Amino acid sequence: MNDAPAILVRDLHKAYGAVEAVRGLDFEVARGEVFGLLGPNGAGKTTTVEILEGYRERTAGIVSVLGMDPGQRPAALRRRVGIVLQSCGMYRHLTVREALEHWAALYPRPRDVEDTIALAGLEEKAGERTRRLSGGQLRRLDFALALVGDPELIFLDEPTTGFDPAARRAAWDTVRRLQGLGKTVLLTTHYLDEAQALCDRVAIVKHGRALAVGAPAELGVGTASRYRVAWRGDDGELQERETDDPTGLLHQLTSAALARGERLEDLAVTRPSLEDVYLELTAEEAGDVPAAGAGEGTGAR
Amino acid sequence: MNDALALTWRQYRLERRMFWRNPSAAFFNFLLPLLFLALFGAIFAGSQDDLDVIVPGIAGMSVMSTTFVALAMNVTFLREQGVLKRLRGTPLPSGAYLGALALHAVTNTALQIALVVTAGRLFFGIGWPPLPFELLVFTVAGVVCFAALGVALAHAIPNFDSAPAYVNAIFLPVVVVSGVFYDAESAPAFLADIAQALPLTHLVDGLSASMVTGAPLGDHLSDLAVIALWAAAGIALAVRGWRWEVDRA
Repeated sequence: MNDAPAILVRDLHKAYGAVEAVRGLDFEVARGEVFGLLGPNGAGKTTTVEILEGYRERTAGIVSVLGMDPGQRPAALRRRVGIVLQSCGMYRHLTVREALEHWAALYPRPRDVEDTIALAGLEEKAGERTRRLSGGQLRRLDFALALVGDPELIFLDEPTTGFDPAARRAAWDTVRRLQGLGKTVLLTTHYLDEAQALCDRVAIVKHGRALAVGAPAELGVGTASRYRVAWRGDDGELQERETDDPTGLLHQLTSAALARGERLEDLAVTRPSLEDVYLELTAEEAGDVPAAGAGEGTGAR
Repeated sequence: MNDALALTWRQYRLERRMFWRNPSAAFFNFLLPLLFLALFGAIFAGSQDDLDVIVPGIAGMSVMSTTFVALAMNVTFLREQGVLKRLRGTPLPSGAYLGALALHAVTNTALQIALVVTAGRLFFGIGWPPLPFELLVFTVAGVVCFAALGVALAHAIPNFDSAPAYVNAIFLPVVVVSGVFYDAESAPAFLADIAQALPLTHLVDGLSASMVTGAPLGDHLSDLAVIALWAAAGIALAVRGWRWEVDRA
């Protein structure tokens, strides 16, 4: 293996007529990394992923997937990539097993079909026609079809939207197992907890631009490197202070309280969560109403 | 290349299997013309002149239903469902997929023609085709022409709910005008003129020559030419308009 990134995106632009869905996006995904594109509906996530998958042509910019240009749709690339689209039908009159056997035959070195069925949690439905599957089971079939070719790189476009909590957990487990197998995963999501739970790194995307890129735990650093210290004051009100040096602040607070012979109720020290960063970053552009409205119709599908 | 051929074959076998599992599609594409043959055969029983018209007429209708109707409906459905988009993300070559669809349509047509010919021999007093090669030529020309037109029509159909309306709005009038159920020469002049412009009329003429009258291929080159013109237009439209997914609104 080499050190070249699995995915490289430089100054990517995509316009649908006058509407710019992607406006200068930059990010890289290392091999073996689970990378998330996190953002609200209409941010340009799906457009970006579909350019990387070879479904759409970019308007401008550089894109490389496993060292190839997906815009050329090389067959060598399609053999090494697995795709879970946002919503996508399947032949209705095949059984789950038949569908996977057929898909496996399309790839040079497929996974074992029964293993794949188990990986997706479809053992009990293997002999069922796909038209009799529930929505959640069809989504698992999407996973299985994307994985049966044993791809190095897997695209997951909003893999858990519409799932109940148990199904989400199961999908997360599948992604973690892929990570354990050394696969590279690019997923899009508008769920913060999903990004936090699964992703090694995320790009927060809005209006077709990356507002921040980094590990979920570190993302606060650039924008809000402060710790947040909260406690209940003498008057019973909840106090909150942000600081780069929580040690000093805590020392002041605790020694003052001890001197007064009081307790500091509800004392807490927190780092900004991904959610805080996300809200902060996306709120900055909240006034940008026209662009948000225009983006809604294009990136949402 | 071997790979592409192997994948074409696999996809073709999958299409065959799925076809028989979908009884309504199998009925409309396959059994409806046979039902018409049985009905009109019963109505015209005793009049050999009429039977000589209806059997090749139904053969022509069969070609159109197994290709034009089947492909227009199928492609619209698969595109709307996103199956085409999903396939596009796999290593299956486009040519292998379209080749498999074409082979599937050819198989249905061949089966259908064999059934109609056999029924003509057994029940309707028509011998085995006197000119089997001519029958083959016209069947192949008809398949190419109507398969291309069916795919081209699929591009114009906005969604699957409206597909039966679009398809039948074309299929049924064309079948009636083109002289499937009667001798086109006995129709009023304005209908006959329209019929002369339509490919099915000429396909039925050619099938009639090869199955009943035994008129040699040389006498029917103009029929082939009309079918070829429609085929060329159909192929151009089918290729230009091809989409793997529903266009964004």
